[in-house]
Amino acid sequence: MSASRAIPSPATHESGDSIVRYNLSERVHHLLATVGYLYCLATGLAFWSPYLFWLAVIVGGGATARFWHPWFGLLFVIATVWMLRLWGSDMRITEADEAWKKAMPHYVRNEDARVPAAGRFNYGQKIFFWLMFWGAILLLLSGLGLWFVESIPFSLHWLRLLAVFVHVTAAFATIAGFMIHVYMGVIMVPGGTNAIVRGGVSRAWARVHHRLWYEQVTKGPTPPAGK
Amino acid sequence: MSQATLQITRISGHAGPVPGAGVERADQVCKLVDTTTCIGCKACEVACLEWNGYEFRETVFDNSYQTMPETEWNYWNLIKFNEHEREDGSLMLLMRKDQCMHCADPGCLLACPADGAIVQYSNGIVDFQQEHCIGCGYCVSGCPFNIPKFNPQTKKMFKCTLCSDRVNEGLEPACIKSCPTGCLHFGTKDDMTDLANKRVHQLKEHFGFSQAGVYDPPGVGGTGVMYVLHDATNPGAYGGLPKDPQVPMLVRFWKGPAKWIGNLAMLGGIFGLAFHHMRFGAKSENGGSEGGRP
Repeated sequence: MSASRAIPSPATHESGDSIVRYNLSERVHHLLATVGYLYCLATGLAFWSPYLFWLAVIVGGGATARFWHPWFGLLFVIATVWMLRLWGSDMRITEADEAWKKAMPHYVRNEDARVPAAGRFNYGQKIFFWLMFWGAILLLLSGLGLWFVESIPFSLHWLRLLAVFVHVTAAFATIAGFMIHVYMGVIMVPGGTNAIVRGGVSRAWARVHHRLWYEQVTKGPTPPAGK
Repeated sequence: MSQATLQITRISGHAGPVPGAGVERADQVCKLVDTTTCIGCKACEVACLEWNGYEFRETVFDNSYQTMPETEWNYWNLIKFNEHEREDGSLMLLMRKDQCMHCADPGCLLACPADGAIVQYSNGIVDFQQEHCIGCGYCVSGCPFNIPKFNPQTKKMFKCTLCSDRVNEGLEPACIKSCPTGCLHFGTKDDMTDLANKRVHQLKEHFGFSQAGVYDPPGVGGTGVMYVLHDATNPGAYGGLPKDPQVPMLVRFWKGPAKWIGNLAMLGGIFGLAFHHMRFGAKSENGGSEGGRP
């Protein structure tokens, strides 16, 4: 699969040095979730505050945004549930994560020598995944209440209000995670963006960031490079 | 129904100040519905449909004279019929004309996120401007009277306009004009309050309705539609009229402090991440297979 790299730049390691971190299916489902989430984020913030209503204008106006918001939301939820299928077992939080959790302040300060080796996903990534997954479920349930608000009888008026409350709270929880996720994937961890777009990472990258996973995959059918 | 000739004192979902904010007009318009003289003829329902150009249609029969269970997007005026058993065992047929209450402090307007989709004129009328409505239904959550209704074809919300187009031209609302018993009155809020109090006095002194009273709930700042009730202590008997309607606290929080908490949290997050990058930078280990380390 590393052969699919079309234009290796001179600085790139030779192709044999690259290993697959995310296969095509994982990357596509991540993209679908991204598209769904970004649309809902922009339009949701437009409905949230009059000062952000221009976000709805750039995607076609308030009424258009309102029409598509729930459909893009469904796309996000479906893609997220599919990612649970793909990554659920890798995302299981184990006892080994305890040590990583304790060392998180070192990770944040980039003192990576003091951070225990991580598997395919480190504890922070797992927390983010479950935040987005349960956030998506809550957004779906409360979103259905907002989408079909008139189907909730007036005698259960409190349910309409609860739907607003849950939707807003869950949205802000995911926004917090989303901001950190984008920052880390794009800026803080070089190589992260390329991994989720093209799928490949260098052996050095894998060894440094996810050593347990690296050892696991290099023991497999892939011919060992150095050892 | 845009009525640009009336000054607008409140605008939904509006960023920044409202041109007519704080404007006080001496005369607030008001409908007075005297439920004690209503005969349930439904002339007001028909007049509302005729003036606003909607078709009459099949009624929903539910062992009652009531046309349908609740108002609909193209049926803004509905008389609610309730059989009520009094303490002495005698029956009363209570009839209350249900429509938008035109609250002085409208929950729908507060909840609405679309700029200018709901406005309040200086004469007190709360009006939906469908050309700005995005059809989100937040007004449904904000209204304590279950009034805004969704048109699935146009995906816009509709409700009684208090005939703002007629009132603007110096006419009374269509329902008022059609009432054969004179149980519907229209005028300034002050005049209607006087009239209502006189009628309540009459009901107490001459008709033995010791609990008679005026329905003008303070929880929503008073309403542009007032009722005279035989028993003001039990408004629920009149088709579920809420006893103490309020703009939901959650809507007030959502549209007030929550905005600032949420927006500051997001700004704080952006600054926090920028600060992290300035202080700690990117991870230094070489990993980026393409243009990784600086």
